[in-house]
Amino acid sequence: MLDQPEVAQIGRDALTIAGLSVAYRTQGRDRTVLRDLSLRIGKGEAYGLVGESGCGKSTVALTAVRYLPRNGSVTGGHVLVDGADVIALDSVSLRRMRAKTISMVYQDPGKALNPSMRIGRQITEIFELAGLAAGPSKDRAIDTLKRVRISDPVRVMQRYPHQLSGGMQQRVGIAMALASDPTMLILDEPTTGLDATVEAEVLDLIVQLRQEFQTSLLFISHNLAVVSRMCDRVGVLYAGMLVEEGPTKDLFDNPRHPYTVALLRCLPRGGQRKDLGRLDTIPGNLPAPGATISGCAFADRCALADDLCRTKLPPLFDLGGRLSRCHYHDRALTLPRTLPAEAASPAAAKYDAPVLKVDNLNMTFGSGSHALHAVTDVSLSLLPGETLGLVGESGSGKTTLARMLLGVIEPDPGGRIMLEGNLVEPSLERRSWQQVKAMQIVFQNPDSALNRSHPVSRIIGRALRRLAGLSGAPLKQRLLSLMQSVRLSERHLQAKPRQLSGGLKQRVAIARAFAGDPRIVVCDEPTSALDVSVQSAILNLLVDLQARHHVSYIFISHDLGVVRYLSDKIVVLYLGRVMETGPAEQVFSGPHHPYTEALLSAVPTLDGPGMARIRLQGEIPSAVNPPSGCVFHTRCPRKIGPVCEQAEPPLARNQAGHAIRCHIPAAELAELQTAKTVGPQPQ
Amino acid sequence: MRAILSFLVQRVSLSLVTLFLLSVMVFIAGQVLPGNVGRAILGPLADMRAVELLNTQLGLDRPILVQYWDWISNFVQGDMGTSYIFRAPVAPFVFEALGHTLKLAAVALVLVVPLGIAAGVVAALNVNRPLDRIISLGGLSATVLPEFVTGIVLILVFGVWLQWLPISAAWPPGAGLTTQIYYLILPALPLFLVLFGYIARMARSGMIEALDSDYVRTAVLKGLPWRTVIWRHALRNALLPTITVIASQTTYLVGGVVVVETLFRYQGIGSLIFTAARGKDFPILEAGILTIGIVLSIATLLADLLYSVLNPRIRLGGGR
Repeated sequence: MLDQPEVAQIGRDALTIAGLSVAYRTQGRDRTVLRDLSLRIGKGEAYGLVGESGCGKSTVALTAVRYLPRNGSVTGGHVLVDGADVIALDSVSLRRMRAKTISMVYQDPGKALNPSMRIGRQITEIFELAGLAAGPSKDRAIDTLKRVRISDPVRVMQRYPHQLSGGMQQRVGIAMALASDPTMLILDEPTTGLDATVEAEVLDLIVQLRQEFQTSLLFISHNLAVVSRMCDRVGVLYAGMLVEEGPTKDLFDNPRHPYTVALLRCLPRGGQRKDLGRLDTIPGNLPAPGATISGCAFADRCALADDLCRTKLPPLFDLGGRLSRCHYHDRALTLPRTLPAEAASPAAAKYDAPVLKVDNLNMTFGSGSHALHAVTDVSLSLLPGETLGLVGESGSGKTTLARMLLGVIEPDPGGRIMLEGNLVEPSLERRSWQQVKAMQIVFQNPDSALNRSHPVSRIIGRALRRLAGLSGAPLKQRLLSLMQSVRLSERHLQAKPRQLSGGLKQRVAIARAFAGDPRIVVCDEPTSALDVSVQSAILNLLVDLQARHHVSYIFISHDLGVVRYLSDKIVVLYLGRVMETGPAEQVFSGPHHPYTEALLSAVPTLDGPGMARIRLQGEIPSAVNPPSGCVFHTRCPRKIGPVCEQAEPPLARNQAGHAIRCHIPAAELAELQTAKTVGPQPQ
Repeated sequence: MRAILSFLVQRVSLSLVTLFLLSVMVFIAGQVLPGNVGRAILGPLADMRAVELLNTQLGLDRPILVQYWDWISNFVQGDMGTSYIFRAPVAPFVFEALGHTLKLAAVALVLVVPLGIAAGVVAALNVNRPLDRIISLGGLSATVLPEFVTGIVLILVFGVWLQWLPISAAWPPGAGLTTQIYYLILPALPLFLVLFGYIARMARSGMIEALDSDYVRTAVLKGLPWRTVIWRHALRNALLPTITVIASQTTYLVGGVVVVETLFRYQGIGSLIFTAARGKDFPILEAGILTIGIVLSIATLLADLLYSVLNPRIRLGGGR
């Protein structure tokens, strides 16, 4: 039970979790997912909860609002919201608490809104619940939408959720959560799945609203950089236990638990590149829900662990304002790396002849006044063993470009695709077998890309038969060596995709793509759905395979840190046009195209505010009716005048091959970008 | 609104194609069926010359394309031809029978739609509890029993044993609407039982899905009372798929009631077609089947329209 001083303290907290244990009942057994969890969030404080998927983050959120799934139950402990015990409340008080004290913003805003109700109604019902009449409720709803910086609230109220973009949907979600002026706001992965530019807008909005309303935040995210930007204090969750907690800066700069140390090492940081060093990974897997944990939950994956760690559960050591659940918290930072840091790639041999050369590729969907120019006049080239990073918001034409290269869709007549010096037919059916197997793809979601009724051996075996033309004993042999090269073991051969974790499935997909010894592999967001520790392992694998086979990658990702780590060359697309291209180092160090600059400053990093921040307003315009002149002028924070609206700037290239499509000369851009913050320009 | 209009035009033209194909099939089937029409009408003892004369009079010796064109162009203008057996225009027979069938179908629908949906929703709200099991299992059992079994049991129980309801659907001449409905309850019950399970099951799964959805979670966590969550947020989304099922089942109500109509000696379109087929009365047979086709096309069209009106994603298109 809680003693007296604690009770007094709790009175001042927005959320108190004390000794909380939660279990899910599956197959007749209770499986513990939260173990004796305690944390406190003060009034007006922003608390971040981080950890990989399956560690119990969302369960904490759902317990705080008492909305556990049917099979979930609280097996011990207390959750107090603004002093009231959530678990002990009767249904009327619980409803009142949800209506007034605590609110939540969800991961998938499109699904969290009722698809068959207008936005307006979904907000006014909150005020009607509070006792307002229809008229005043509507006025309040308009005010609420204005608070989340929606410029045309009356029109948005008339809309249905599917008529709004993801960013707008999430603004509405935040507006609804703030409508009742709650003391406590829970944000469960609120920006996951949104574009980086939209994410930046939403995060800015949350920061501003926090200053206005003094609401306490519980911010749940797998993205350490986002949490580091948003929160005062951070808790690291592992296997349902708090393993470390502390003020954000201290915790990320000087982590005191090996798990935190390891997580941070998985991320490409500070401009790390594949030829300068490998990413570290975390060996092994998270303990399964309900597993019996005798010692430290992380001991099996920790290089510092000894017998003490395996037998005695470490308490939460108080390190003066911060906590660590590690016997050796004082030397957590000395955690040895799992992998040696030196780069895998031998200095890549220099080639002159590009493996892929694309000239003036265009793609138009539809015709007449509805014609959508998805890709306009794109040219690029790629050397063997090189990685081309393809960057841009969704709707910028990245995937369309990749699909044209693969021959899945046929580009408009006039463009040229040259593979190893030979002209390639635009459509896949007319490509030679050699050309087909030379270009392969790894998709974002291995679940839908792998046939789920076939075992791994059959999925890869089929690719070997079709792409490498093997059969019998040679096939078997090649299958095993391929499995080995993607670090899958023989016991995975008979497994079906659903029996494998996300990372293992992606390895199968990579093995399948490499079956025919490809020259080019298109990687379409291959790690976006994966946890950071798994992501780093996959990225290392891609680097190793590239070093060994001199294969080239076209790497599509919204994560600029990952793109920077892997890429030798960058193409920045906006509305299907190349806005900037060049060697990766130059594109990232600048001078940048204003669009690239905006993308770069949208991404929160753990390395502190590096560059001047510029923000984009609004959404990417429709490709059916692109803006005149420079297509970026409608959102450009560095627009110089009418010339931007009238003439499309040329792609101006310097000697090093760095090209920028902007009316501002590169030297001037460089000067501008070393200056201080530029806000969005009023139109 | 424009989206709905173009959708409507598209669906109507599709229906017209379907109906054309149906008319061709019906007509060809009439030609292929064994037996000589003149012989069937005049009987086995009639003179061969008389049979041939009758066939000529009926126009049966003309080329098949001419016969089809003749028939279909008259049909489109509302002239369904003359019955071979009754020697009278077909249209009044078909319309009267159709009216009877629609009445029976209406009684069944009015009973089964609200009750089926309510049962499904109640089951979903009590998922995996005894009430849910009873409704699900009961609905399933009722659905799999053929209507001639349930029909006979119902006649025996309510008509013969308890004597609550008349066992024949043929109401006395000049009966008012309430009397007619009273006579139709017993024949409607077997139809009710067949449809009840389908509708309840669809409503149940739609409701379960809606209750598990993120938007219902949002609604609950707004602090709305449970009733509001159900009525305002869950129900409408839950019932969209159910509407499609109900529409597809009207096919059964209009076309598949031959057994029930025969069992209860009810002069609906099913029994009219059945009689016509036995008597080789092709004008009635063809007109009857084509009429059912038209009714079904209209029913499906209405259901699609209702669905798109209720679903803003279809009504307003995907554009922003």
